[in-house]
Amino acid sequence: MTDQTTLKYTAEHEWVLLEGDTATVGITAYAAEKLGDVVFVELPAVGTGVIAGSIVGEIESTKSVGELFAPVTGTVTATNDGVVDSPELVNSDPFGEGWLIKVTFLELPPLLTHAEYSALTGE
Amino acid sequence: MTPELTERYSPLHQAHVDAGASFTDFAGWQMPVRYSSDLAEHHAVRTAAGLFDLSHMAEIRVSGADAAAYLDYALAGKLSAIALFQAKYSLILNAAGGIVDDVVVYRTGETEFLVIANAGNHYPALEALTKRAARFDVTVTDESDDTALIAVQGPNSLAILQATVGLTATDDLAALRYYRAMTGTFGEVPVLIARTGYTGEDGFELYVPVAEALALWNALTVAGAGHGLVPAGLASRDTLRLEAGMPLYGHELSVATYPAQAGLGRVVNLAKETDFIGRAASEEGPQAGSAVLVGLVSAGKRAGRASYDVYRTADAHTPEGMITSGALSPTLGHPVMMAYVSPSIARLGTEVFVDVRGTRIPATVTALPFYSRKP
Repeated sequence: MTDQTTLKYTAEHEWVLLEGDTATVGITAYAAEKLGDVVFVELPAVGTGVIAGSIVGEIESTKSVGELFAPVTGTVTATNDGVVDSPELVNSDPFGEGWLIKVTFLELPPLLTHAEYSALTGE
Repeated sequence: MTPELTERYSPLHQAHVDAGASFTDFAGWQMPVRYSSDLAEHHAVRTAAGLFDLSHMAEIRVSGADAAAYLDYALAGKLSAIALFQAKYSLILNAAGGIVDDVVVYRTGETEFLVIANAGNHYPALEALTKRAARFDVTVTDESDDTALIAVQGPNSLAILQATVGLTATDDLAALRYYRAMTGTFGEVPVLIARTGYTGEDGFELYVPVAEALALWNALTVAGAGHGLVPAGLASRDTLRLEAGMPLYGHELSVATYPAQAGLGRVVNLAKETDFIGRAASEEGPQAGSAVLVGLVSAGKRAGRASYDVYRTADAHTPEGMITSGALSPTLGHPVMMAYVSPSIARLGTEVFVDVRGTRIPATVTALPFYSRKP
């Protein structure tokens, strides 16, 4: 179980787990709940260069489409094939099995703390 | 007659909160969008049963000596021809032939009918029906605030109603045919029990006084416990009706839409001997070349959604259609969409392309509905 208080967050309702120069990225339970049942996930290919704030993937539910933003600038080093095969993982375990991509970065943009993110969602 | 723009709550709101529902605004009403999983709710309706709160919908009573003749004038269909406790899908047209609302009408007496209008069209529908009553001996009464609507939809619906403590139908529910209704009671209060719905499954819709709505909801929930009944929100209602090829006002229907374009030409009764609002325009019909509603299916998982453009080819510059509703069909496993397209690409089997956020996805024009329950 990921300790959500140690994660960083973005205003686009993504969470970021920082380990050395690697950021693991997913969407928050709040975002998953708002989307509804996720039925399709499209992720960037491993090796793709991404720029913080740009759209790099899509998370579709029966009702709507959510965009995956890169929270950091860097290179995608891994994607979660499990979530591509079983998109429902985004709903059932958004902070764990529902992770989306790993990105190596050189420099970290400002991210939200758990307390700041909680204040943003009012939860 | 214009309502104030305040949030409205169903008489069942607390039950939804207690059940953990997420809410969405629907025409000013805070209604459950899902309880836990809209996919699970969708599948429950297809395989067992779902319980829907539709209390936001509008109930308009029409009564008086001229009720039947009045409805023949006010609506596109011939309502005078329906039998006692028969239901009929109909349209309120404007003089230009556009659709003010799509409605279901129940004949509840020789000279009494109940018109069910969409929540989003409550006031336009009420206003049209009220104005059109002027030269008839008829009373148009808005009973929406006093009436709750609960739907039980899915193959186990009948068994659930039969097991509901306190609910008594005046006749054999099992013998009630589709698009027929009967009276009943729940405890001390009268209930209208209709075999109608908006999911493509067998099911019932129960019109009950607001004061007893929560008790009926709870009784149905208890009765449904052994029959796989789950509360179901508007998200599943939308994917269910889409699979069943049923239009949704605001998506497939609007005041700018002619019934003929929406495939609803049969609902406009031009054989009716009497005049009705929208008749002249309907006889003329839409302009040649007007877009028509089609079903589209595609492979993969990415559905075109409302407002996405439809193209004739993978590289055409000018769109020749637009999606009005679309989703990955939970039952069928592939995207299903409804779209208005140029008649030149509307023929069944035509391959077209949907622009899904920058990618042209091939799709095939298909007959509606996408899904029909097995008889």
